[in-house]
Amino acid sequence: MQALAERYEAEIVNFDRDKEVERICETMREIMRTKLRRRGVVVAVSGGIDSSVSAALAVKAFGAKKAFFIQLPEVDSAQETQSRGSQLIEHLGVDHTTHNIAATLEAIGCYQARDEAIVKTFPEYGDGWKNKIVIKGGLDGQVNHFMLVVQDPQGQQHEKRLDLREYLQIVAATNYKQRIRKTIEYYHADRLNYAVVGTPNRLEYDQGFFVKNGDGSADLKPIAHLYKTQVYALAKHLGLPASICNATPTTDTYSLPQGQDEFYFALPYQEMDKALWARNVGASAGELAAMLGITEEQAKFVLQDIDNKRKTTHYLHAKPYLIESMPELGL
Amino acid sequence: MSTEAIIRNYILENYLFTDDQSALNSTDSFLDKDILDSTGILEVIYFLEDEFGIKVEDTEMVPENLDSVNNIVSFIAKKRP
Repeated sequence: MQALAERYEAEIVNFDRDKEVERICETMREIMRTKLRRRGVVVAVSGGIDSSVSAALAVKAFGAKKAFFIQLPEVDSAQETQSRGSQLIEHLGVDHTTHNIAATLEAIGCYQARDEAIVKTFPEYGDGWKNKIVIKGGLDGQVNHFMLVVQDPQGQQHEKRLDLREYLQIVAATNYKQRIRKTIEYYHADRLNYAVVGTPNRLEYDQGFFVKNGDGSADLKPIAHLYKTQVYALAKHLGLPASICNATPTTDTYSLPQGQDEFYFALPYQEMDKALWARNVGASAGELAAMLGITEEQAKFVLQDIDNKRKTTHYLHAKPYLIESMPELGL
Repeated sequence: MSTEAIIRNYILENYLFTDDQSALNSTDSFLDKDILDSTGILEVIYFLEDEFGIKVEDTEMVPENLDSVNNIVSFIAKKRP
Protein backbone atom coordinates (compact mmCIF):
# COMPACT_ATOMS: atom_id res chain seq x y z
CA MET A 1 0.00 0.00 0.00
CA GLN A 2 2.75 2.40 1.00
CA ALA A 3 4.57 1.51 -2.18
CA LEU A 4 1.78 3.00 -4.33
CA ALA A 5 1.89 6.38 -2.56
CA GLU A 6 5.69 6.40 -2.79
CA ARG A 7 5.57 5.56 -6.46
CA TYR A 8 3.08 8.40 -7.07
CA GLU A 9 5.40 10.80 -5.24
CA ALA A 10 8.39 9.65 -7.27
CA GLU A 11 6.73 9.55 -10.70
CA ILE A 12 4.13 12.31 -10.59
CA VAL A 13 4.92 14.74 -7.78
CA ASN A 14 8.71 14.79 -8.00
CA PHE A 15 9.05 14.73 -11.77
CA ASP A 16 12.02 16.52 -13.37
CA ARG A 17 10.52 19.95 -14.14
CA ASP A 18 13.38 21.27 -16.27
CA LYS A 19 13.43 18.16 -18.41
CA GLU A 20 9.65 18.21 -18.85
CA VAL A 21 9.58 21.88 -19.89
CA GLU A 22 12.36 21.22 -22.38
CA ARG A 23 10.58 18.15 -23.77
CA ILE A 24 7.25 19.98 -24.17
CA CYS A 25 8.85 23.00 -25.87
CA GLU A 26 10.89 20.89 -28.25
CA THR A 27 7.85 18.77 -29.13
CA MET A 28 5.71 21.88 -29.70
CA ARG A 29 8.34 23.25 -32.10
CA GLU A 30 8.54 19.89 -33.85
CA ILE A 31 4.74 19.77 -34.27
CA MET A 32 4.73 23.31 -35.69
CA ARG A 33 7.61 22.52 -38.06
CA THR A 34 6.33 19.23 -39.40
CA LYS A 35 2.56 19.16 -38.96
CA LEU A 36 0.92 22.55 -38.41
CA ARG A 37 3.26 24.83 -40.36
CA ARG A 38 1.97 27.99 -38.70
CA ARG A 39 4.01 31.04 -37.67
CA GLY A 40 3.00 31.25 -34.03
CA VAL A 41 0.31 30.44 -31.48
CA VAL A 42 -2.94 31.88 -30.16
CA VAL A 43 -3.78 31.16 -26.52
CA ALA A 44 -7.02 32.14 -24.80
CA VAL A 45 -5.98 33.18 -21.30
CA SER A 46 -8.65 32.71 -18.65
CA GLY A 47 -6.56 33.45 -15.57
CA GLY A 48 -6.76 29.78 -14.55
CA ILE A 49 -3.77 27.56 -13.95
CA ASP A 50 -4.03 25.49 -17.14
CA SER A 51 -4.21 28.30 -19.68
CA SER A 52 -1.52 30.20 -17.74
CA VAL A 53 0.96 27.31 -17.86
CA SER A 54 0.11 26.56 -21.51
CA ALA A 55 0.65 30.23 -22.36
CA ALA A 56 3.98 30.33 -20.53
CA LEU A 57 5.14 27.14 -22.28
CA ALA A 58 4.12 28.61 -25.64
CA VAL A 59 6.19 31.71 -24.97
CA LYS A 60 9.12 29.55 -23.90
CA ALA A 61 8.83 27.42 -27.03
CA PHE A 62 8.30 30.14 -29.63
CA GLY A 63 9.11 33.47 -27.96
CA ALA A 64 6.80 36.30 -26.89
CA LYS A 65 6.72 37.77 -30.40
CA LYS A 66 5.24 34.59 -31.87
CA ALA A 67 2.37 34.40 -29.39
CA PHE A 68 -0.97 36.21 -29.26
CA PHE A 69 -3.14 36.06 -26.16
CA ILE A 70 -6.88 36.67 -25.92
CA GLN A 71 -9.09 37.34 -22.91
CA LEU A 72 -12.73 36.40 -23.51
CA PRO A 73 -14.83 37.38 -20.50
CA GLU A 74 -18.64 37.45 -20.29
CA VAL A 75 -21.14 38.43 -17.61
CA ASP A 76 -20.56 35.33 -15.45
CA SER A 77 -16.74 35.58 -15.50
CA ALA A 78 -15.31 36.35 -12.07
CA GLN A 79 -13.39 39.61 -11.73
CA GLU A 80 -10.49 37.79 -10.02
CA THR A 81 -9.91 35.41 -12.91
CA GLN A 82 -9.89 38.29 -15.40
CA SER A 83 -7.38 40.22 -13.34
CA ARG A 84 -5.18 37.11 -12.96
CA GLY A 85 -5.30 36.77 -16.76
CA SER A 86 -4.16 40.37 -17.13
CA GLN A 87 -1.33 39.81 -14.66
CA LEU A 88 -0.16 36.81 -16.67
CA ILE A 89 -0.24 38.73 -19.95
CA GLU A 90 1.78 41.55 -18.41
CA HIS A 91 4.19 39.04 -16.86
CA LEU A 92 4.82 37.31 -20.18
CA GLY A 93 4.82 40.52 -22.24
CA VAL A 94 2.77 39.20 -25.13
CA ASP A 95 0.59 41.10 -27.65
CA HIS A 96 -3.04 40.58 -26.73
CA THR A 97 -6.64 41.63 -27.08
CA THR A 98 -9.75 41.47 -24.91
CA HIS A 99 -13.07 40.59 -26.51
CA ASN A 100 -16.05 40.60 -24.16
CA ILE A 101 -18.41 37.94 -25.55
CA ALA A 102 -21.47 38.91 -23.48
CA ALA A 103 -23.21 40.76 -26.33
CA THR A 104 -22.63 37.83 -28.71
CA LEU A 105 -23.97 35.37 -26.13
CA GLU A 106 -26.98 37.59 -25.52
CA ALA A 107 -27.66 37.85 -29.25
CA ILE A 108 -27.40 34.11 -29.83
CA GLY A 109 -29.78 33.37 -26.95
CA CYS A 110 -27.34 31.72 -24.52
CA TYR A 111 -28.53 33.42 -21.33
CA GLN A 112 -32.20 33.27 -22.33
CA ALA A 113 -32.10 29.51 -23.07
CA ARG A 114 -30.26 28.87 -19.80
CA ASP A 115 -32.66 30.96 -17.73
CA GLU A 116 -35.73 29.33 -19.35
CA ALA A 117 -34.50 25.95 -18.12
CA ILE A 118 -33.69 27.33 -14.66
CA VAL A 119 -37.16 28.90 -14.33
CA LYS A 120 -38.76 25.52 -15.08
CA THR A 121 -36.97 24.19 -11.99
CA PHE A 122 -37.22 27.34 -9.81
CA PRO A 123 -40.18 29.48 -11.09
CA GLU A 124 -39.19 32.35 -8.77
CA TYR A 125 -35.69 32.65 -10.40
CA GLY A 126 -35.05 36.05 -12.00
CA ASP A 127 -32.93 39.20 -11.92
CA GLY A 128 -30.41 39.30 -9.10
CA TRP A 129 -30.37 35.50 -8.70
CA LYS A 130 -27.27 33.36 -9.29
CA ASN A 131 -26.90 29.73 -10.31
CA LYS A 132 -24.64 26.72 -10.65
CA ILE A 133 -24.88 23.00 -11.34
CA VAL A 134 -23.52 20.43 -8.90
CA ILE A 135 -22.85 16.76 -9.67
CA LYS A 136 -23.93 14.00 -7.27
CA GLY A 137 -23.62 10.25 -7.17
CA GLY A 138 -20.11 9.27 -8.26
CA LEU A 139 -18.71 8.71 -4.78
CA ASP A 140 -21.81 6.84 -3.57
CA GLY A 141 -22.12 4.32 -6.40
CA GLN A 142 -25.16 6.14 -7.76
CA VAL A 143 -25.68 7.13 -11.36
CA ASN A 144 -24.20 10.61 -11.78
CA HIS A 145 -26.97 13.17 -11.67
CA PHE A 146 -27.12 16.91 -11.38
CA MET A 147 -28.47 19.40 -8.87
CA LEU A 148 -29.30 22.99 -9.70
CA VAL A 149 -28.22 25.39 -6.97
CA VAL A 150 -29.63 28.92 -7.09
CA GLN A 151 -29.04 31.86 -4.78
CA ASP A 152 -31.79 34.42 -4.27
CA PRO A 153 -31.01 38.15 -4.02
CA GLN A 154 -30.99 37.84 -0.20
CA GLY A 155 -28.12 35.34 -0.41
CA GLN A 156 -30.19 32.25 0.48
CA GLN A 157 -29.26 29.12 -1.53
CA HIS A 158 -31.81 26.57 -2.79
CA GLU A 159 -31.10 23.19 -4.38
CA LYS A 160 -33.19 20.80 -6.52
CA ARG A 161 -32.41 17.82 -8.70
CA LEU A 162 -32.52 18.81 -12.34
CA ASP A 163 -34.75 16.92 -14.73
CA LEU A 164 -32.76 15.65 -17.68
CA ARG A 165 -34.30 18.04 -20.24
CA GLU A 166 -33.50 21.08 -18.14
CA TYR A 167 -30.01 19.83 -17.32
CA LEU A 168 -29.25 19.25 -20.99
CA GLN A 169 -30.64 22.66 -21.96
CA ILE A 170 -28.57 24.50 -19.32
CA VAL A 171 -25.41 22.69 -20.41
CA ALA A 172 -26.20 23.21 -24.10
CA ALA A 173 -26.78 26.91 -23.49
CA THR A 174 -23.62 27.43 -21.44
CA ASN A 175 -21.61 25.47 -24.05
CA TYR A 176 -22.22 28.47 -26.32
CA LYS A 177 -19.61 30.23 -24.17
CA GLN A 178 -16.80 27.82 -25.02
CA ARG A 179 -17.85 27.61 -28.66
CA ILE A 180 -18.05 31.38 -29.17
CA ARG A 181 -14.65 31.73 -27.51
CA LYS A 182 -13.17 29.17 -29.90
CA THR A 183 -14.66 30.97 -32.90
CA ILE A 184 -12.82 34.13 -31.85
CA GLU A 185 -9.57 32.25 -31.16
CA TYR A 186 -9.68 30.84 -34.69
CA TYR A 187 -10.47 34.28 -36.15
CA HIS A 188 -7.16 35.52 -34.74
CA ALA A 189 -5.34 32.31 -35.65
CA ASP A 190 -6.55 32.61 -39.25
CA ARG A 191 -5.73 36.31 -39.38
CA LEU A 192 -2.18 35.76 -38.14
CA ASN A 193 -1.57 32.32 -39.71
CA TYR A 194 -1.09 30.99 -36.19
CA ALA A 195 -2.10 27.69 -34.53
CA VAL A 196 -4.53 27.50 -31.61
CA VAL A 197 -3.27 26.09 -28.32
CA GLY A 198 -5.75 24.01 -26.31
CA THR A 199 -5.19 24.02 -22.58
CA PRO A 200 -6.70 20.91 -20.93
CA ASN A 201 -4.76 19.06 -18.27
CA ARG A 202 -4.75 15.26 -18.18
CA LEU A 203 -7.68 14.96 -15.80
CA GLU A 204 -9.89 17.11 -18.01
CA TYR A 205 -8.69 15.52 -21.23
CA ASP A 206 -9.00 11.93 -20.02
CA GLN A 207 -12.38 12.41 -18.38
CA GLY A 208 -13.91 14.44 -21.21
CA PHE A 209 -14.30 17.63 -19.23
CA PHE A 210 -14.48 19.89 -22.25
CA VAL A 211 -16.94 21.08 -24.87
CA LYS A 212 -16.66 19.49 -28.28
CA ASN A 213 -15.89 22.21 -30.84
CA GLY A 214 -15.48 24.53 -27.87
CA ASP A 215 -12.52 24.39 -25.51
CA GLY A 216 -11.95 20.83 -26.79
CA SER A 217 -10.97 22.20 -30.20
CA ALA A 218 -7.34 23.14 -30.82
CA ASP A 219 -4.32 22.41 -32.99
CA LEU A 220 -2.03 21.34 -30.16
CA LYS A 221 -2.53 20.60 -26.48
CA PRO A 222 0.78 20.95 -24.64
CA ILE A 223 -0.30 19.88 -21.14
CA ALA A 224 -2.93 17.22 -21.92
CA HIS A 225 -0.52 14.54 -20.65
CA LEU A 226 0.12 16.29 -17.30
CA TYR A 227 -1.82 15.63 -14.11
CA LYS A 228 -3.23 18.80 -12.56
CA THR A 229 -0.78 18.46 -9.65
CA GLN A 230 2.03 18.63 -12.21
CA VAL A 231 0.51 21.69 -13.89
CA TYR A 232 0.58 23.52 -10.55
CA ALA A 233 4.19 22.41 -10.06
CA LEU A 234 5.15 23.76 -13.50
CA ALA A 235 3.38 27.07 -12.78
CA LYS A 236 5.71 27.57 -9.81
CA HIS A 237 8.70 26.27 -11.70
CA LEU A 238 8.05 28.71 -14.56
CA GLY A 239 7.84 31.57 -12.06
CA LEU A 240 4.24 32.55 -12.78
CA PRO A 241 2.58 35.15 -10.50
CA ALA A 242 1.67 33.80 -7.04
CA SER A 243 -2.02 34.68 -7.51
CA ILE A 244 -2.14 32.18 -10.40
CA CYS A 245 -0.06 29.47 -8.69
CA ASN A 246 -2.34 29.56 -5.63
CA ALA A 247 -5.73 29.85 -7.36
CA THR A 248 -8.42 27.22 -6.74
CA PRO A 249 -9.68 25.72 -10.00
CA THR A 250 -13.18 26.87 -10.95
CA THR A 251 -15.26 26.50 -14.08
CA ASP A 252 -15.84 30.29 -14.32
CA THR A 253 -18.95 29.47 -16.35
CA TYR A 254 -21.82 29.82 -13.86
CA SER A 255 -22.71 32.91 -11.85
CA LEU A 256 -22.18 31.20 -8.46
CA PRO A 257 -18.59 30.15 -7.68
CA GLN A 258 -18.30 26.54 -8.81
CA GLY A 259 -15.38 24.20 -8.12
CA GLN A 260 -14.56 21.72 -10.88
CA ASP A 261 -15.04 18.90 -8.36
CA GLU A 262 -18.58 20.14 -7.70
CA PHE A 263 -19.50 20.17 -11.36
CA TYR A 264 -17.78 17.16 -12.78
CA PHE A 265 -15.33 15.15 -10.70
CA ALA A 266 -16.09 12.86 -7.78
CA LEU A 267 -13.21 14.29 -5.67
CA PRO A 268 -11.03 17.44 -5.50
CA TYR A 269 -8.27 17.46 -8.10
CA GLN A 270 -5.43 16.36 -5.80
CA GLU A 271 -7.31 13.13 -5.07
CA MET A 272 -8.68 12.78 -8.59
CA ASP A 273 -5.11 12.93 -9.93
CA LYS A 274 -4.17 10.05 -7.64
CA ALA A 275 -7.27 8.08 -8.57
CA LEU A 276 -6.73 8.54 -12.30
CA TRP A 277 -3.07 7.64 -11.99
CA ALA A 278 -4.00 4.58 -9.88
CA ARG A 279 -6.45 3.55 -12.61
CA ASN A 280 -3.73 3.97 -15.25
CA VAL A 281 -1.20 1.84 -13.38
CA GLY A 282 -3.80 -0.84 -12.64
CA ALA A 283 -3.92 -0.38 -8.87
CA SER A 284 -6.73 -2.08 -6.93
CA ALA A 285 -9.59 -0.34 -5.09
CA GLY A 286 -7.96 -1.44 -1.81
CA GLU A 287 -4.66 0.22 -2.71
CA LEU A 288 -6.40 3.43 -3.83
CA ALA A 289 -8.50 3.47 -0.64
CA ALA A 290 -5.35 3.31 1.49
CA MET A 291 -3.71 6.03 -0.58
CA LEU A 292 -6.70 8.43 -0.30
CA GLY A 293 -7.93 7.51 3.18
CA ILE A 294 -11.40 6.53 1.92
CA THR A 295 -13.26 3.22 2.17
CA GLU A 296 -12.56 0.44 -0.31
CA GLU A 297 -16.15 0.67 -1.51
CA GLN A 298 -15.80 4.40 -2.21
CA ALA A 299 -12.52 3.76 -4.05
CA LYS A 300 -14.30 1.15 -6.15
CA PHE A 301 -16.98 3.70 -7.05
CA VAL A 302 -14.36 6.33 -7.93
CA LEU A 303 -12.54 3.91 -10.26
CA GLN A 304 -15.87 2.90 -11.79
CA ASP A 305 -16.77 6.57 -12.25
CA ILE A 306 -13.49 7.12 -14.14
CA ASP A 307 -14.35 4.26 -16.51
CA ASN A 308 -17.92 5.49 -16.93
CA LYS A 309 -16.79 9.02 -17.79
CA ARG A 310 -14.30 7.65 -20.31
CA LYS A 311 -17.09 5.71 -21.95
CA THR A 312 -19.66 8.52 -21.87
CA THR A 313 -17.28 11.14 -23.27
CA HIS A 314 -15.39 9.04 -25.80
CA TYR A 315 -17.31 10.62 -28.68
CA LEU A 316 -16.05 14.05 -27.65
CA HIS A 317 -12.52 12.96 -28.59
CA ALA A 318 -13.53 11.17 -31.76
CA LYS A 319 -13.24 12.56 -35.26
CA PRO A 320 -16.46 12.25 -37.28
CA TYR A 321 -17.02 8.60 -38.16
CA LEU A 322 -16.99 7.75 -41.87
CA ILE A 323 -18.88 4.97 -43.60
CA GLU A 324 -15.65 3.75 -45.16
CA SER A 325 -12.02 4.63 -44.50
CA MET A 326 -10.13 6.97 -46.85
CA PRO A 327 -6.52 5.80 -46.74
CA GLU A 328 -5.49 8.40 -49.34
CA LEU A 329 -6.16 11.01 -46.63
CA GLY A 330 -4.81 8.92 -43.78
CA LEU A 331 -8.41 8.65 -42.45
CA MET B 1 -48.56 -3.98 -22.84
CA SER B 2 -46.58 -5.47 -19.93
CA THR B 3 -44.04 -3.36 -18.05
CA GLU B 4 -41.31 -5.55 -19.48
CA ALA B 5 -42.53 -5.03 -23.05
CA ILE B 6 -42.78 -1.24 -22.58
CA ILE B 7 -39.21 -1.05 -21.28
CA ARG B 8 -37.81 -3.47 -23.85
CA ASN B 9 -39.40 -1.55 -26.69
CA TYR B 10 -38.16 1.78 -25.33
CA ILE B 11 -34.57 0.51 -25.14
CA LEU B 12 -34.71 -1.22 -28.53
CA GLU B 13 -36.19 1.79 -30.29
CA ASN B 14 -34.15 4.55 -28.65
CA TYR B 15 -30.73 2.99 -28.00
CA LEU B 16 -30.38 0.09 -30.40
CA PHE B 17 -32.39 1.57 -33.30
CA THR B 18 -34.09 -1.72 -34.09
CA ASP B 19 -37.33 -3.63 -33.54
CA ASP B 20 -35.49 -6.96 -33.51
CA GLN B 21 -36.41 -8.40 -30.10
CA SER B 22 -33.41 -10.75 -30.19
CA ALA B 23 -31.04 -7.75 -29.99
CA LEU B 24 -31.65 -7.41 -26.25
CA ASN B 25 -31.86 -9.95 -23.43
CA SER B 26 -33.85 -8.81 -20.43
CA THR B 27 -30.88 -9.68 -18.22
CA ASP B 28 -28.30 -7.72 -20.28
CA SER B 29 -26.43 -5.09 -18.22
CA PHE B 30 -26.94 -1.79 -20.02
CA LEU B 31 -23.60 -0.46 -18.78
CA ASP B 32 -21.47 -3.59 -19.25
CA LYS B 33 -22.86 -4.19 -22.72
CA ASP B 34 -22.36 -0.53 -23.69
CA ILE B 35 -26.05 -0.11 -24.42
CA LEU B 36 -26.35 2.98 -22.21
CA ASP B 37 -23.90 5.48 -20.76
CA SER B 38 -24.62 7.60 -17.68
CA THR B 39 -26.57 10.19 -19.68
CA GLY B 40 -28.55 7.32 -21.20
CA ILE B 41 -29.45 6.10 -17.69
CA LEU B 42 -30.67 9.59 -16.81
CA GLU B 43 -32.85 9.49 -19.92
CA VAL B 44 -34.28 6.15 -18.81
CA ILE B 45 -35.08 7.61 -15.39
CA TYR B 46 -36.88 10.51 -17.07
CA PHE B 47 -38.81 8.00 -19.21
CA LEU B 48 -39.78 5.86 -16.20
CA GLU B 49 -41.00 8.85 -14.21
CA ASP B 50 -43.06 10.03 -17.16
CA GLU B 51 -44.41 6.64 -18.27
CA PHE B 52 -45.16 5.06 -14.88
CA GLY B 53 -45.89 8.18 -12.80
CA ILE B 54 -43.22 7.37 -10.23
CA LYS B 55 -40.52 9.52 -8.64
CA VAL B 56 -37.04 7.97 -8.65
CA GLU B 57 -35.25 9.16 -5.50
CA ASP B 58 -31.50 9.97 -5.54
CA THR B 59 -30.71 6.94 -3.39
CA GLU B 60 -32.57 4.71 -5.86
CA MET B 61 -30.39 5.80 -8.79
CA VAL B 62 -28.16 2.73 -8.53
CA PRO B 63 -27.37 0.00 -11.08
CA GLU B 64 -29.34 -2.62 -9.11
CA ASN B 65 -32.54 -0.71 -9.95
CA LEU B 66 -31.78 0.48 -13.46
CA ASP B 67 -29.09 -1.55 -15.23
CA SER B 68 -31.20 -4.12 -17.10
CA VAL B 69 -34.78 -4.63 -18.27
CA ASN B 70 -35.35 -7.14 -15.46
CA ASN B 71 -33.85 -4.80 -12.83
CA ILE B 72 -36.17 -2.02 -13.97
CA VAL B 73 -39.22 -4.30 -14.00
CA SER B 74 -38.53 -5.32 -10.36
CA PHE B 75 -37.89 -1.71 -9.40
CA ILE B 76 -41.15 -0.51 -10.97
CA ALA B 77 -43.07 -3.32 -9.24
CA LYS B 78 -41.67 -2.15 -5.89
CA LYS B 79 -42.42 1.51 -6.59
CA ARG B 80 -45.99 1.13 -7.80
CA PRO B 81 -48.67 0.50 -5.21
